[in-house]
This record gives sequence, C-alpha cells and structure tokens, in this order.
Amino acid sequence: MAQPATKLDELVGREYPHGFVTEVETDTVPRGLDEDVIRLISRKKDEPAFMLEWRLAAFRAWQKMAEPHWAHLRIAPIDYQDIIYYSAPKQRGEGPKSLDEVDPELLKTYEKLGVPLHERERLAGVAVDAVFDSVSVGTTFQAKLAEMGIVFGSFSEAVRKHPELVRRYLGSVVPYTDNFFAALNAAVFTDGSFCYIPPGVRCPMELSTYFRINAKETGQFERTLIIADEGAYVSYLEGCTAPMRDENQLHAAVVELVAHERAHIKYSTVQNWYPGDREGKGGIYNFVTKRGDCRGANSRISWTQVETGSAITWKYPSVLLRGDNAVGEFYSVALTNNWQQADTGTKMIHIGRNTRSTIVSKGISAGHGQNTYRGLSKVLKGAEGARSHSECDSLLLGDTSGAHTFPYIEVRNPTATVEHEASTSRIGEDQLFYCRQRGISPEDAVSMIVNGFCKDVLKELPMEFAVEAQKLLGVSLEGSVG
Amino acid sequence: MDNVRRPQPLLQVEGLHASVDGKEILRGIDLTVNAGEVHAIMGPNGSGKSTLAQVLAGRESFSVTAGGARFLGHDLLSLAPEERAREGLVLGFQYPVEIPGVSNVYLLKAAVNAVRRHRGLAELDAMEFLKLIREKMQLVEMPDELLYRSVNEGFSGGEKKRNEILQMALLEPRLAILDETDSGLDIDALQVVAEGINALRGPGRAIVLVTHYQRLLGYVQPDFVHVLAHGRIVKSGGKELALELERRGYGWLEEAPAAPAREAEARAR
Repeated sequence: MAQPATKLDELVGREYPHGFVTEVETDTVPRGLDEDVIRLISRKKDEPAFMLEWRLAAFRAWQKMAEPHWAHLRIAPIDYQDIIYYSAPKQRGEGPKSLDEVDPELLKTYEKLGVPLHERERLAGVAVDAVFDSVSVGTTFQAKLAEMGIVFGSFSEAVRKHPELVRRYLGSVVPYTDNFFAALNAAVFTDGSFCYIPPGVRCPMELSTYFRINAKETGQFERTLIIADEGAYVSYLEGCTAPMRDENQLHAAVVELVAHERAHIKYSTVQNWYPGDREGKGGIYNFVTKRGDCRGANSRISWTQVETGSAITWKYPSVLLRGDNAVGEFYSVALTNNWQQADTGTKMIHIGRNTRSTIVSKGISAGHGQNTYRGLSKVLKGAEGARSHSECDSLLLGDTSGAHTFPYIEVRNPTATVEHEASTSRIGEDQLFYCRQRGISPEDAVSMIVNGFCKDVLKELPMEFAVEAQKLLGVSLEGSVG
Repeated sequence: MDNVRRPQPLLQVEGLHASVDGKEILRGIDLTVNAGEVHAIMGPNGSGKSTLAQVLAGRESFSVTAGGARFLGHDLLSLAPEERAREGLVLGFQYPVEIPGVSNVYLLKAAVNAVRRHRGLAELDAMEFLKLIREKMQLVEMPDELLYRSVNEGFSGGEKKRNEILQMALLEPRLAILDETDSGLDIDALQVVAEGINALRGPGRAIVLVTHYQRLLGYVQPDFVHVLAHGRIVKSGGKELALELERRGYGWLEEAPAAPAREAEARAR
C-alpha cells in the first residue's frame, strides 16, 4: 500500500533567497597579501599613520602564526594568497555625501534584502549602517543620533573624524596577537561599524549593520567597535547575507565591545550567510572573533545570536567580566542543515567580584549538519562570589546529523558557583504525527517544534528581529520533512 | 444493523491488514461507521485496538498489507495524516505528546486555522480564536492557565485527556477516534471527560471509542460495541455486550494465545 511517505529526514533542502548578485563596477586590489597590499588599503582609506603602523604590526605577527585546527570542523585548505582583500563599489568622484547620493543599484540591493536605507521606510526605529563588500555605503539616522552625542557610522569615517576614540579603544579587547584570524583581520580589515554612546545616554533606537558580501573571490574582513560609556545603553544588531557561489568565501570579522561602569550593551546577530548548496559546495567560512569587555563595575554585555547560514561557523562571542558585579550573557541558536558545520559557544571570564554569567545555547542539526557547542566558564582567583550557569540543548533531525558539546570549566575561587546542564533530543516522529493529526502541515509542524525549542533564546531578540529569526528558522529547514 | 438506508457511511473498513516490523497486528478488520453513531472498540491488551486507531489516523510506522478503508468516499489510506485531520478524521491520543516551548494556545490556533483553510473558511484572528476557545474550554472545565503552558508539558494525566477532548471540540471532526481516553483518569476526571465526549455527539458526527474497560461506557452510551482479539473483530453487539465483557472478561472470546501480537503492539508504541 502506498502510504504518503513523509519522513522527517526528507525535510532537508532549501532555497537560499538572498543568493543574487548585484552588478556594480568595483575597485579591487590585486589578489594576494603582502605589505604593499596593506599600504594600498590604508592609502585608499586615507588613514592616519597610526593605523598603518598597527596594520603592519598585525601583519608581521600574523606571518608568524599558524592556522588553528583545534575546532571540530572539516575545513578545505585556504590559500591566503588567492584572496582579494579589498573590493568596493566604484565611487563617482568624491563618494556619496548623503544617502541620496548612494548608487541606486546599491539601494536596490538593500531594498531587495528587506533593509531599505530610506529613513522614512519600514525600519523607522532602527538606524542602519550598510556594509557592501569592503566598505560602508551609507548610514541612516546619523544626524539625529549625533544630536545626542552618539557616534554611529562606518569604521573608516570614525578613523577620520574620531581618531582619538579609535586609537584609544581599537584592539583593546581583541589585540591583533589574539589569534590567527584576528591578526589577519587587523592587517587587512576594510570597514565595519563604529559606535560610541556618551555617558548616561540611552540610545533611543536599535543600531544595526547589514553586511553583504557581493564580489567574487574576495574575503570580507570587517571590524566593529562599540563603546558604551558610563551608564550608557545601546542595543545593536547585525544581519548578513551573500550570493550563492560555488567557491568558499572567507569572512573573518572582529567585534569589540567595551562597557564602562553601569553601561549595558546588547548585541544581537542574525547570521544568514550563504550556506552552500545541498551537496555542500560553496558557502561562507564565517570565522569571527567577538569579545566584550565589562570594564566597569555593574556593567553588562549580552550576546544573542541566531546562526542559520555559512558553510562553517566558527566563533565564540565572549565576555571579560572585569568590573565587580558585571553580568555577561550569551544566548545562541545555531542551526546546521545539509553539510553545514558550526563550532560555536562562548567564553565567560570572571575576574571581578560577584560577577555573573548566563549561557543558553540551542543547537539544531539536520541533514548532514554538524553542530558543536564549545564553551568556557572561567573563574579567576579574585572573582569572589562569581556565579555562572550554562544550559546547552541539542535537537537532532534525522539520523545523519550530529551534535557535540564541549563545556570547559575552570574555577580558581572556592566561593564561586558554576553550573552546567546539557541535553540532546530528537524531533520525535510522534511530535510530528501529533501536530499533523491536528491538520498542521509537516513543514509548519517542524518549524513550530524548532521555534519552541529555541524560545528561550528568541525572546532575547528585539521584537522585529525575533519575527525575522523565526521565519528564518522555518526557511532554513524547508525540505527537511518531505 | 438497522433498517434505515443511509446515503454513505462515514467510515468503511474492509479486510484491513496491518503490520509493524514485519509482524502482523491487524488481520482483517471490517467496520462500518455511520454519522451519528458511537462505536466502542474493546479488547484485551495487545489485541490491536490502538493499532487500528493509529492506522486510521495515518501513523506511518505501520504498513497496511491488505484491505482498505474509505472515509467520506475518499481512499483514506492515500491521505497524509494532516489531510485526514482536515477532512475530519481526528485522533484523540492515548499518550498526548509534549512539545516544549510551544504554547498550547499556539498549537490549537494553528490547528484550527489549518482545518478552516482547508474548508474554505476565513482564518480566525487572535481575538476571534480566544473567544472560541474560552467557550469550548468550559466544556471540559479546563483552567485558562493551561492555554499558555507548553503543549502537554507538565500536564496531569487528566489535563492531557481534557486537552485532547478540547481539541476535538475545536476541530469539529466528522469522525473522532478516541484512543483509551479513559486510561489513567480518576473518577472525577473521567466524568468531566465523559461529559465532554457526550457534548461532541451529534447527528453529523461519529465517535469511535477505543477502550479496555467498560468504565467509560457507563457515562458514554455506545450504539455498538466490537470486541477485538488477535487483530480481528471477534464479536459485535449493542451496549449490553460491554456489560457482559465486564462480567465475563475477554477470555471466552479469545481463541489463541495473544503473546506475539501483544509484543508487536508494545513495540509499535
């Protein structure tokens, strides 16, 4: 008898909706990396001397480092001399002074991605900095934010207009000696977002950066630096997409957050880089270093990430809890489908007294996806009364996917409390059957079950993005029940 | 069994054979259910009662090896479980499934709207749905709080079964199959559930009650009682048959040792 076959593991396979390419004339530097390329990038960006010196020092440090291989990942060899390190849409003359002068092709691209750069449109409560390949193409609501003393815009602009702030904070959380990819980023980073919130100011809107890789064979190396001065608050979001290409593309970003006394930074990511096709061909290598520094007492940094894209995601948004009573939070959903791999988690380093950290990680693996949680809770000697709690749950769809959990705990203070919980479950055929027997389609049922599983993390996202993320989780699993 | 000519039976099962992992559990079931009727399917553990309910509801872990079933003129077995539910065949689960993080009200609304879409009705918005569900909840005396908890998570046995009946009341099936809805209930919960089932009765709707004990039938009077043993209906009768079973047990109707079938059914769960 021909029962309509609807097996859970058939739900894998989907269309990537952001895979188009924008036709723009580009200004690129020759393939490969040496000191001349770095000088060229620095010159193109019209940087002060301290920046070039910093880049060259980073490059020299990078040359002495070896590519790391400790993650639970299979990575095709990367030829660092075969990457184009700078690609920008060609500017007419001086370059756009305001959003009205931005190339209409670029505006259309962001429109298509659902991120209109017109201030009056849909994202009225969100200021957007749009980064296209190596450069920022425009930032919305800049003038309005400036009235409150808030600096928000591209990194290049910040280097020109606020060199003293950049010089003071750049590399102060993630030094270029930190790791191989951070060093590479420091040497060649081309743009990114910069944000400074002055003392006592509560940023009135969500700040966001939308990263788009467009050009072929280029790497994207952006750097984001956010500083919340004493008692300031900011909520920042980043979104990412890229065209579908058969080659892997490297994205090695660095994000540094600095929270002074009583400041609170909330950083949310919805990462949807091109994940590769159903056979695992192509896709972005997302190798990112993200770290926050709770520098002042009673400060707080929260990372929330929804990672559904990239062929490989390799990142650990971390918090250095230096100030007394500082709070670090990490809420993560990582979904791997088809041949995607993720090795992600966090590091919470308790340095100050009574510091607290919370880690909630939800990993979903479908198809041949491999999902690894790797996290460190470390309590140093002086962290009297520190508390850390982590919870890692994995959900498996089908029987060819994998979930792995590597919790590391190091405690050097006897008054600390560190807890870790982990669970692994499978979307049951019986959960699915139950929903379907109530008239709900298998696709909707899986999306509902997965969203339920991720609820504790999704509720941490700002409203508009929570809705986006929920849809994204549904789309990312499309085809994993047939 | 009665002389009135009916236009078309709701459900017509003929010579249905089904197996799981190569073990045959249903060995030729014939059953006709008309609108307005309540049928009780009884039988000892391992006789295939739950398998029959699940096969009719579309559970894919069973394979039908012979025979067939028609529901409202459709070839039932060619429909996916969600299509069966939308057409009006809904199963009340013996073991309602927990879905962490999904609120009960969310699932219920998604279900109601999926069924409404299929029937060409406008979807209900949040306010309309709340009004509907408040009305139906009174039927099963369900506290509001259970709407906002995760589906079946941390529900007591009685709450789970009431929730199943609530789903029936919301989805308004043509044929409700209630699989051991009475199991694990104390006497108060049993009465509430029974009242809920009675409220579902109507001329356009049929109910199939799968049960081990006569207990529930004291509250919900069936029109027909069938006894299943070793995957076949070995006896059918009126409600008085249930009382006879209560007195005499199932032994006198069983012809062969039930062990193999029981094992297989236990695995199928």
